[in-house]
Amino acid sequence: MTRKQKRLTLIGFAGLVLAVAVGLVLFALNDRITFFTSPTDLAQGKVKPGTRLRLGGLVEDGSIKRGDGTVVRFRVTDGVNAVPVTYTGILPDLFREGQGTVAEGMIGADGEFKADTVLAKHDENYMPKEVADALKQSGHWQEEAAKATPKK
Amino acid sequence: MRLIDYANPTRFLSLSAALLPWIVGVTVVLFAVGFYLVFFVAPADYQQGETVKIMYIHVPFSWLSMFCYMTMAASALGTLVWRHPLADVSAKCAAPIGAAFTFLALATGSLWGKPMWGTWWVWDARLTSVLVLFIMYLGLIALQETIEDPARAAKAGAILTLVGVVNIPIIKFSVDWWNTLHQPSSVFRAGGSTIATSMLVPLLVMAVAFTFLFLVFHLMAMRNEILRRRIRAMRMIEAAGVE
Repeated sequence: MTRKQKRLTLIGFAGLVLAVAVGLVLFALNDRITFFTSPTDLAQGKVKPGTRLRLGGLVEDGSIKRGDGTVVRFRVTDGVNAVPVTYTGILPDLFREGQGTVAEGMIGADGEFKADTVLAKHDENYMPKEVADALKQSGHWQEEAAKATPKK
Repeated sequence: MRLIDYANPTRFLSLSAALLPWIVGVTVVLFAVGFYLVFFVAPADYQQGETVKIMYIHVPFSWLSMFCYMTMAASALGTLVWRHPLADVSAKCAAPIGAAFTFLALATGSLWGKPMWGTWWVWDARLTSVLVLFIMYLGLIALQETIEDPARAAKAGAILTLVGVVNIPIIKFSVDWWNTLHQPSSVFRAGGSTIATSMLVPLLVMAVAFTFLFLVFHLMAMRNEILRRRIRAMRMIEAAGVE
């Protein structure tokens, strides 16, 4: 082996060790890196009542109910389970039924999630309005619920 | 002539001097076409409206921030394995450009996030890993400036660059490995792109334009750095001669 090959092998080996080390760290921290918890995680009792968390999923169709002032109630679903949420405040523009959302707050003893922040999640689809309308008319519109199965 | 012969600094200076006007010309044309497509042809998005226009600069900045880092990583290998003087010039000159592009990716993303998500910033895996990339760039610049001996600075910088490469796949796949607020990839993903053609074409033109812009900045910076190093060498010879 020439000296160049030796150096290349050494760098390759060091890189491999580093990649494995970082991979293990990230794997161990998996639960902490994940930005939000799904309704199914909550249903499985992975979270104690009273802990602060972010709840992510889709706003269930037909679940948004406005109360007094800026109080709003809706349900966050992942297609399997759903969690009722209450929030007081102004919602982002993209927030609507069928849209992805992340709510930050606490789950109460009554099973209701009290959010103090609500964020809208944008999906990876970009299309002009006319295309979206045409898809809806022809019945080829795929609701995001189908794609929203939680990643694990 | 072998490819490595082009990497001779003197030959690099004459070759880049001949090529630069053409590359600048192509860059200008690409930006003219790109901006025309973005502002007059590309349609508004069905849910974002006109805010989607930020994507046409945010996505190229983000891609380039990673492309620039991979350029530095390739240069770092050139420094450590082949001990090539041009490799270090390339790595050193790419760092400030990469830092600027990463900062602009973060800033434009933040401007988009406020109206769309409802927040300027969240600590999700994608945003955080890109912030780490930005800090890596700053760290590399600082390291290069701290060590006075160019050869030692080159070696230390190259090692740190290669260590930081581990972050690049983390940035790319962060949206797949963990659930994040940031949307998953739209263009390079399994199952084809999820972005309408009328928006994809302007985006790709802008991406190529920004790549050329990077090339222009990088070549110009490398030329200056080579000349700066020659001046330094001449001064040292002169100083040695006087004594």
